[in-house]
Amino acid sequence: MSETVIEIANLRFRWSPASEFCLGIPCFAAQAGERIFLYGPSGSGKSTLLGLLGGVLVPEEGRINLLGTELTQLRSSSRDRFRADHVGFLFQQFNLVPYLSVIDNVLLSCRFSARRTARATASGGSLHDEARRLLAHLDLEESLHRREVTRLSVGQQQRVAAARALIGSPEIVIADEPTSSLDAERQEAFLTLLSGECAATGSTLLFVSHDRRLAAGFDRELSLASISHTAVNEAA
Amino acid sequence: MSSLLFLAARSAWNRRLTLGMTLISVALSVTLLLAVERVRHEARASFAQSVAGTDLVVGARSSPVQLMLYAVFRLGEATNNIRWPSYRAIADNPAVAWAIPLSLGDSHHGFPVIGTSPAYFEHFHYGDSQALAFSAGKPFADLFDAVLGAEVAERLGYHVGDRIVLNHGMGEVSLAEHTDKPFTVVGILARTGTPLDRSVHIGLQAMEAIHLDWQGGAPLPGLAIPAEYVRKFDLTPKEITAVLVGLKSRAAVFKVQRQINAYAAEPLLAVLPGVALDQLWQVVAMAERTLLAVSAMVVAVGLCGLVAVVLASLGERRRELAILRSVGARPLEVFLLLSAEGLFITALGALLGLALLTLLTAVLGPLAQAHFGLAIRATWISSDELILLAAVVGIGLIASLLPGYRAYRLSLADGLMPRL
Ligand SMILES: Nc1ncnc2c1ncn2[C@@H]1O[C@H](COP(=O)(O)OP(=O)(O)OP(=O)(O)O)[C@@H](O)[C@H]1O
Ligand SMILES: [Mg+2]
Repeated sequence: MSETVIEIANLRFRWSPASEFCLGIPCFAAQAGERIFLYGPSGSGKSTLLGLLGGVLVPEEGRINLLGTELTQLRSSSRDRFRADHVGFLFQQFNLVPYLSVIDNVLLSCRFSARRTARATASGGSLHDEARRLLAHLDLEESLHRREVTRLSVGQQQRVAAARALIGSPEIVIADEPTSSLDAERQEAFLTLLSGECAATGSTLLFVSHDRRLAAGFDRELSLASISHTAVNEAA
Repeated sequence: MSSLLFLAARSAWNRRLTLGMTLISVALSVTLLLAVERVRHEARASFAQSVAGTDLVVGARSSPVQLMLYAVFRLGEATNNIRWPSYRAIADNPAVAWAIPLSLGDSHHGFPVIGTSPAYFEHFHYGDSQALAFSAGKPFADLFDAVLGAEVAERLGYHVGDRIVLNHGMGEVSLAEHTDKPFTVVGILARTGTPLDRSVHIGLQAMEAIHLDWQGGAPLPGLAIPAEYVRKFDLTPKEITAVLVGLKSRAAVFKVQRQINAYAAEPLLAVLPGVALDQLWQVVAMAERTLLAVSAMVVAVGLCGLVAVVLASLGERRRELAILRSVGARPLEVFLLLSAEGLFITALGALLGLALLTLLTAVLGPLAQAHFGLAIRATWISSDELILLAAVVGIGLIASLLPGYRAYRLSLADGLMPRL
């Protein structure tokens, strides 16, 4: 468990040359299979960090190394491919494409990645079987698979989104406050399912929230302020 | 790529009502555009097919276009006639090979009646210089014989041997009828696709005979000459309407034209059919261009509506685009996804418009043929129409790039977090 999956060094990012630095991370690393809880107040730059890790944003200085690949050295289209192949994303809400079925929403990750398609097929026998298997693991019964996604409850929608983030076993799963629209009891259950699935596939989980009460059960608990040194975070 | 098509199709299906209406508006505008172009094209073709091998058309002095319209296309009426001696002078000109006299003015159930000579069936040509052919019977020989155009026979259900009564003057409903002198159908011409199909042909002497006891627009009171006796009169016509002239050598055409135009006894006009047709097109071209421009505007309106609809959908699709980005879609793919929608609808609209036009020509073509003698064939697409269609799709493609580009910009700015 010593393989480094995420490595950040001397990273600095700001939204525009005129504004102050939003993030300044001298050094951060996450090991394979680790489950990390990252918290920070609203507006501290958590989502911004995830955008950088996803390769959608580019740091002004420093490097981001994922799975031995220098993200900052890649062209933007290669970063997009890399994200498709190795990173599963999960957001706060509205995670689903309204015109796709439950299964097609789950399989969306595989549509842009041959690698994840291959891995999902290898694991489940076929793509659809793997999607159904994951959904079943996440406590979504078969009868819900055929329902329009817009007619699922928010909790059910988040579990479909989790299945999409997990299918094809990406090495890194990044969750940006996926539980904030759930009640306490369901938050708990959802977290258990999510970290259980990550453990099963050996994925590294980076879970971001402003709510420290959710931290129980994670391998490591970090505040953004402790890794990012900027004027904004110093003040916070 | 196939994923993008899949997503584009599912997304479009999700908004099928709005997109469907847009599709219909594009299709209808394309139908209009193609219909204008096709009618224009077919009208020209049909006019150009109407006469061949005739070197000069001669009538009383008026405008060349007007002369062509009444003498060849049977549209409108002559304001003046030519006196018989003038016809004789033209026919006797040493350069002239043949001269077909035409006498117009009467009708039969709205179809024009032409008084002419048997030379008509021998010398008149149409299309690419095709001679007239009989589908039944033979040219008129006896005084009260009539030869029908194909359309006349078909619409009125006439056969060789039937007896018909002509009307005085033009018009579907005519009060005055030549009931006392019925004609016998002796021949029916094969279809030509020209105004000839709508004509009833009788001999010049017959034309003279049915008008012996007429003056102006009505029978002379108390002077009814029975059909048996008319043969005793001199039936040489006093006036005719126009003459179709064929020359021994085409080289002489301008010389003969000058001679006829300078004829001293009566003001005459001789025109070359090709030249007169060109003049006609110049008159019509302005109207054609206006029509084409208006229908092009209608297409532009349709495409604007399409772009507006796709752009409007973008607002509610921002979250969806962020999700697609998070699973690895490139901004370029987002661009394609949105552009494909507009392009697909334009292309489908163009095809649908073409299908609708084909349906319309199949249904309305016979009507246009019957009422205007305008043969609009349900042909497959012409190269001009293909160019118009390609232009529509091309402009649709360019227009579709706008929502695509906007989505591209949005997805770059939004990244994984759609902003409201
Ligand atoms: N697209 C953007 N352009 C400019 N500034 C931005 C943009 N997105 C975020 N910011 C700014 O960057 C800072 C960090 O925002 P970010 O969304 O990362 O916060 P966060 O920690 O995720 O907050 P929350 O817990 O509310 O989601 C904020 O001050 C925000 O105003
Ligand atoms: Mg955030």
